[in-house]
Amino acid sequence: MDPIHQFQIVNLFPLGKLGASEIAFTNSAAFMLLAVVLLTGFLVLGTAGGRAVPTRLQSAAELTYEFVADMLRSTAGHEGMRFFPFVFTIFMFVLVLNLFGLIPFAFTVTSHVIITAALALTVFFTVLGYGLIRHGFHFFNLFVPKGVPIYILPMIVAIEILSFVSRPISHSVRLFANMLAGHIALKVFAGFIILLGGALGAIGWAGGVLPFAMIVALTALEALVAFLQAYVFAILTCIYLNDAIHPGH
Amino acid sequence: MADGAQDEGERKQPPDDEAQLSARLQRLGERLANASRPSENGSGPRQTADMSGFARGFRLSSELVAGVLVGAGLGWLLDRWLGTTPWGLMLLGLLGFAAGVLNVMRAAGVVDERRLKD
Repeated sequence: MDPIHQFQIVNLFPLGKLGASEIAFTNSAAFMLLAVVLLTGFLVLGTAGGRAVPTRLQSAAELTYEFVADMLRSTAGHEGMRFFPFVFTIFMFVLVLNLFGLIPFAFTVTSHVIITAALALTVFFTVLGYGLIRHGFHFFNLFVPKGVPIYILPMIVAIEILSFVSRPISHSVRLFANMLAGHIALKVFAGFIILLGGALGAIGWAGGVLPFAMIVALTALEALVAFLQAYVFAILTCIYLNDAIHPGH
Repeated sequence: MADGAQDEGERKQPPDDEAQLSARLQRLGERLANASRPSENGSGPRQTADMSGFARGFRLSSELVAGVLVGAGLGWLLDRWLGTTPWGLMLLGLLGFAAGVLNVMRAAGVVDERRLKD
């Protein structure tokens, strides 16, 4: 009945201790591991044949490749393709974790802000590190728009820097909040059925058809959101990487 | 695998020559124009992404909130370190708000980057 209960982290078995804090294998880690195994299996099996006329699995693997490659090429250009493994990993990982969340009783890893923040910060520091290594001091041109009068330049630079620093926050919060809100909504509507049936008996159970219809609709919406948020997360990664590659843009 | 070969070729060029960079930028602009053309009249993946108004609205609001939060947070930290309460929070909060608005305008595609920066 408690709509928050589904997000509880449960320790499955302990792995050891790091300082004072216990390191344990949690349900979150289990689902991440499952996602990695599933994805690896999917891609290894999908690309094992290498047929000219692809099998269904090979076709699916090629589709995912094409999809991410197109997305990366259209936002970051051909040079962005060196980040293809990175973007592909992030997209598929988030997508599979989001879709796992739709399975009843499964744990939604991406509904925890710590996971999405870790991913977003990885992207942020990749952009920062690669931009600095590749362009050196020129990378800071990113914060200095051309053609701005000198007397408002300090303020513009401050705004640009804040805008840059705020990226990992909006990047991570968007994914996490979407998953969290959607799953809470599902649980709340499911709770209505139980409440109606418990309070009104037979009439209540009959009335429960209405929230149940809502759950069906919401589940379809959630499937869309799961894909869309993985896509948005990946395309923002591409846009940010584009800044690292072409900072003067 | 053609991508990989081309990628290698571009990597070998010596970086950071201003003229070369602008030439590269121009090439990117052309490629971008070519790449975005089919998705404008066709039904590319971008169309499906823009379809959900909820997702779009959520993206814009989170951009604004992130800007304000980062500005105010940084201001608060600076105040704690330098003892300049309340000036850092006020100033950086306002700048953060401006950054949030800039984020929103960028995300919505209102700001034409090329016209602003060239």
